[in-house]
Amino acid sequence: MAPEEEVAAEEARVGEAVEQNDIAISVRGLKNSFGDQVVHEGLDLDVRKGEILGVVGGSGTGKSVLMRSIIGLQTPDEGEIHVFGESMIGRLDDEALAIRKRWGVLFQGGALFSTLTVAENVEVPIREYYPHIGAELRDEIAAYKIRMTGLPAEAGPKYPAELSGGMKKRAGLARALALDPDLLFLDEPTAGLDPIGAAAFDDQTRKLQQTLGLTVFLITHDLDTLFSICDRVAVLADRKVIAVGTIDELLATDHPWIQEYFNGPRGRAATAAVARESGKAAAHPSDGRQ
Amino acid sequence: MNKAADLVEEPRDDGTVVRLTGHLSIACLNDLPARLDAVTGPVAAIDLSGVSHMDTIGAWTVHRAAKRLGCDLSGANDDAVRLIETVGTLDEPVSIRPDYVSPWQRIVGQIGEAVVNSGVTLLGLLGFFGSTLVASWNVIRHPSRFRLNAVVQRFEVVGVSALGIIGLMSFLIGIVIAQQGSVQLRQFGMEMLTINLVGRLTFRELGVLMTAIMVAGRSGSAFAAQLGTMKLTEEVDAMRTIGVSPMEALVLPRTLAVVVMMPLLGFYSSIMAIIGGGFLCAVSLEIPPITFVQRLREVVPITDLWVGLIKAPVFGVIIALAGCFQGMQVKANAEEVGLRTTSAVVQAIFLVIVLDAFFAVFFTWVGWN
Repeated sequence: MAPEEEVAAEEARVGEAVEQNDIAISVRGLKNSFGDQVVHEGLDLDVRKGEILGVVGGSGTGKSVLMRSIIGLQTPDEGEIHVFGESMIGRLDDEALAIRKRWGVLFQGGALFSTLTVAENVEVPIREYYPHIGAELRDEIAAYKIRMTGLPAEAGPKYPAELSGGMKKRAGLARALALDPDLLFLDEPTAGLDPIGAAAFDDQTRKLQQTLGLTVFLITHDLDTLFSICDRVAVLADRKVIAVGTIDELLATDHPWIQEYFNGPRGRAATAAVARESGKAAAHPSDGRQ
Repeated sequence: MNKAADLVEEPRDDGTVVRLTGHLSIACLNDLPARLDAVTGPVAAIDLSGVSHMDTIGAWTVHRAAKRLGCDLSGANDDAVRLIETVGTLDEPVSIRPDYVSPWQRIVGQIGEAVVNSGVTLLGLLGFFGSTLVASWNVIRHPSRFRLNAVVQRFEVVGVSALGIIGLMSFLIGIVIAQQGSVQLRQFGMEMLTINLVGRLTFRELGVLMTAIMVAGRSGSAFAAQLGTMKLTEEVDAMRTIGVSPMEALVLPRTLAVVVMMPLLGFYSSIMAIIGGGFLCAVSLEIPPITFVQRLREVVPITDLWVGLIKAPVFGVIIALAGCFQGMQVKANAEEVGLRTTSAVVQAIFLVIVLDAFFAVFFTWVGWN
């Protein structure tokens, strides 16, 4: 196929999806099971374009399985999954490729390729999907992506084994952002980071989301992350999404798990922290962190 | 409407104006970066009013062109300005790969590193042997700390489970030796000497040696992988904090199991090899089994059996120590478990063969030949 045709085809698809509606991911009637154990049943979820959706749930409620189903690593037993208006179930690999270029995934441990340096890791998706981009430009793109995620310039030629946990996550984020995706999946991005590192990572995520207009699907256990950067929160329990909404809306529901989650001692502490923060921000309209 | 990125050069009094149009995104850039690189001469401005969409890669392309040509941007909408400013602040050299090292320097460095590593490993192995002896002495002084269950469990894993594969391997080796030997000996008309060959070779050397190689591959590697994984998951550290000595709880039972099992497996292996040799003699040389056994009793001295049985526990110590030592050396990541497992097997087999050569000289010296 000539490059022009390819571009035209891609653009036609992009245009169509944009015009359709403002839903980035739509999941309907999802069912997942492993042997006898049913993880999801009749799960519905919509992720709107340009929002950060936090996904919470107790251990073993299938948060990661939900993410893996959406990105096609796990074939669900039943249900429909649409990403940017395109069905993701039963697609051939090369059909799904066009959609895959439009998302980036940060796995829990970073999942960096251990034989490549950080910069080479960032270059992998570019090299794979857009081989016509020259080596020099590719190196430059990798360089600014690394700086964009807050890594120091010295991190570029390092191997993943030489990085700390926080740096690995940032490097993973840089790789996820390599193709300027519209959609970003983050699986517990702040797990295992110290509070300062976690807050910085949240800040970075928010800033990137605003600069690049990203839609973010964020799995987390971190209440501070939920309170500080998520636009809406989806709660997974009893094999489905039991509630979606802003934290205030969730607090208004009377589901015992949600009440315990947000009103437990940790939840109250996070609420108080956010209240303090917004009080400070009101006192000094220009945020000092910039 | 074609959204592929494109550029037009328009001459103006104060230089060229480069007009960019279409989607400046990674999917639509095509050869635009190269064409932008080819633009030379005084450029007055890069005009972005025809750009309908831009991502950071497009913004970077514009930024580098503007920087190279030293010109202004015009006609950009707010989003584009924001993106170009953002990538502009990130413009800082980042090296992609580690610095280049010349092959000569690298090879010399690697040789040096390998020499130092072998020395360190050998010393470490010696030290590990020492701590195993200390741990054994502690257990002898306090017999209540002896972990009988752990040892018996290892007996099964190291010994009983290996019977099938070692038996089959030895049987086949016996056949091969008898067959190859008989072909050569037939030239002198001395096919009966095949029995000497099979009997003496298997009891003195092959039975124990092949068993040692098999046990190193089966159990030495398993020890390294098990202990390595336990180190990674901090199980070993947890043991220490509870007051359990990993040497006593993990290393001693394994070592003891291999030391006890090696002579048994070695003897079993020799017998299986002789059965294999006898089988071939009966089938292709027409030596009846009863003659085979009688002849065997005449030509194989009892010292051959002792030679094999004395070597076996020593080889066992080496295999167990190499496996446990390498396992306990695991520090950083899962990849190291694989590397350490490989070194455990390689070191065990290498040391077993080196020691076997010393034993051969020693037994000749004491007259057991």
